[in-house]
Amino acid sequence: MSNVNVPHLLLSRHRWRWPEIAFWLAAFACLLMPSKHLILNEIAILALFALSLDLILGYAGIVSLGHAAFLGAGAYIAGLFAIHVNGDPLLGLLAAAAACGVLGFITSFLVLRGSDLTRLMITLGVALLLGEIANRAAWLTGGADGLQGITMGRLLGLFEFDLYGRTSFTYSLVVLFVLFLLARRLIHSPFGHSLTAIRDNPLRAAAVGIPVKRRLIAIYTFAAIYAGIAGALLTQTTQFVGLDVLSFQRSADVMLVVIIGGAGYLYGGLIGALGFKFLQDWLSALTPQYWHFWIGLILVALVLIGRDRPRRLLHSVQKYVTNRWQSLTGSKAAGSSTGGA
Amino acid sequence: MTELLRLEGVSAGYGEGQVLSGVSLSLDEGQSLALLGRNGTGKTTLINTIVGVTRRFAGSIALCGRDITRLAPHQRAGAGIGWVPQERNIFRSLTVEENLTAVARPGPWNVARVWEMFPALERRRTNLGNQLSGGEQQMLAIARALVLNPKLILLDEPTEGLAPIIVQELLKILARLFREEGVTGIIVEQHAQKILAITNKAIVLERGSIVHASSSEALRDNRAILERYLGVSDRKPAR
Repeated sequence: MSNVNVPHLLLSRHRWRWPEIAFWLAAFACLLMPSKHLILNEIAILALFALSLDLILGYAGIVSLGHAAFLGAGAYIAGLFAIHVNGDPLLGLLAAAAACGVLGFITSFLVLRGSDLTRLMITLGVALLLGEIANRAAWLTGGADGLQGITMGRLLGLFEFDLYGRTSFTYSLVVLFVLFLLARRLIHSPFGHSLTAIRDNPLRAAAVGIPVKRRLIAIYTFAAIYAGIAGALLTQTTQFVGLDVLSFQRSADVMLVVIIGGAGYLYGGLIGALGFKFLQDWLSALTPQYWHFWIGLILVALVLIGRDRPRRLLHSVQKYVTNRWQSLTGSKAAGSSTGGA
Repeated sequence: MTELLRLEGVSAGYGEGQVLSGVSLSLDEGQSLALLGRNGTGKTTLINTIVGVTRRFAGSIALCGRDITRLAPHQRAGAGIGWVPQERNIFRSLTVEENLTAVARPGPWNVARVWEMFPALERRRTNLGNQLSGGEQQMLAIARALVLNPKLILLDEPTEGLAPIIVQELLKILARLFREEGVTGIIVEQHAQKILAITNKAIVLERGSIVHASSSEALRDNRAILERYLGVSDRKPAR
C-alpha cells in the first residue's frame, strides 16, 4: 500500500455533510408514505441506474447511449435465475451483478477506443445488439411477450413482495443506500481521484503515472454491476421483464436523469431520478400525449443554463443554511467551503 | 555510480516532423542534468520523448538498464520517471491533496514529506487545483512528481512565468532536492545561469542535436559556448 495518509484524506472531502444526512433521512422517511411506495420504488431503481451512469459519465468522462444494455442484462438474468435456479431475491441480485460484471468487463475494451462519438456509437450498438438477441431468443426470454412466470421468494425468508410495493421499496431503498455508500467510498479514494484526473485530461493522467486504461476498465465494470443490480431490482419487484429494458429509450432516459440532476457528484442521479419521475408524473397528467415535448424543452433549458447548476444550487443552499445556523448560534467555527458531496 | 538513464541515437518528433536527431546521453544515479538551449531547439521534445508522449523514429531509451523504449507513458512513470510538464498540468477539479493521492506510489516520498518540503501547499491542501497561484501550481506539479517516488525526475522549465521572488524560492527547493535529497533529475531551462549553479552536468541542444556536454561548472566558465548557443553575454548593456 502507498504511504499516503489515507485517514486524513478521508476526513477532508469524505466527511458527511448535513445536506447528505438530511437527504438520506428524507429518503428513509418515505417509508412512512405507503400510498406512494410503488412510484418510490421506481424512483429508487432509476436512481441506482442513474448512479451507475454517473460513475462513468460524471467521474470518468465515458459517455454512453447504451447503458440500458446492463440494466436489461441484469433484469433478464435475475428473471431467468428466479425461474430456473432459485427464487431468493438476494441470490438473484448477486447472479445479475456477477453476469453484468463479466459483460461490463468484456465490453469495456470497446469503449477504451476512440473519442466520445465512437463511445456513443459503440455503447448504443451493444445495447441494440443485446435487444435483438433478447428478441430473437424468444424460447429463453419470451421475446416480445416478455419474460413471464417469475415468482420471487420471501426477502431474507421473511418479507413477501406485496402488491402495494412496501417490501419492494424498502428492499430497493436499502440496496440503493448500500451501493451508494460503496460508490461514495470509491469516489473519495485515490482510485476515484485518479478517475477525475482522467476525465480532466487522459493524456496528462497517463503521463503522470495513472494507468488510464485499467482504471477505465475497472470503473466501467463497476458501473455495469450497478446497472445490472438496478435491472435485477426492477425484475424482482415487478416480477416481469419486457424487451423495453434494453431499449434506447431507457438509455436516453437515464442520460436525461443525470443531466437533470447534474453529473459528477453522486447525488445527481438520485436527485435527477426524483425530478424526472416527478416531471413525468406531473406532465403526463397535464398533457398525456405530449409530455415528451415538455421534457425535451426542459432538457434544452437545462443544458443551456448549465448541467452543473443543480450541484451549485445545492452547494449554495448548504452554505446559506450553514452560515445562518452559525450566526444564530453565534458559532465562530470556520466552515470549509471546498468540499462537495 | 550506477547508470540510471541512457539514451542512444534517439530521433523523435511529432507526427511526421522530426525534431530530435540522434541524441545520446547518459545520467548516473544522484546526478542532476541541466538541459539548455534556445527556444525551439528540442529541449521539451527531448523530455517528452523520455516520458513517451512523442513519436520516436530511431534510438533507444533505458532506465536502470531496462529498455523502456516501447513502454506507454504510464508504464514509464511506473518504471520510475516523474514528469513536471511545462504547463504544470494540475488536475483542476481535484484538491491539492487529491492531486497527490491520485498518483502516489509507495516509497520514501509520501504526502507528509511533501508537506514538509512545501509548507505553502499544506496550507492549501483543501483548495482546488484551479484556485492556486502559478507558483503554487508549480510546487504542486513538482510534489506530484515526487510522490510517484521516481528514480528520475524531469522538470520542464519550472520557473517559466513566475515572479522573481517565487523563482528564488523554487530554485532553493530544487537545489535542496538535488544536493541534499539526492534526487536524480533533468531540468530544462532557457536561462542557463539559474540552473547551472544547482546541477552537476549540462548539455546544450541546437536544432535537435547535442552540441555541447560537460559539467555544469565547466559550462559556467565557458563563455564562448554560453554566448554562441545561449546568448549569454558578459558585456553590460550600453547606456
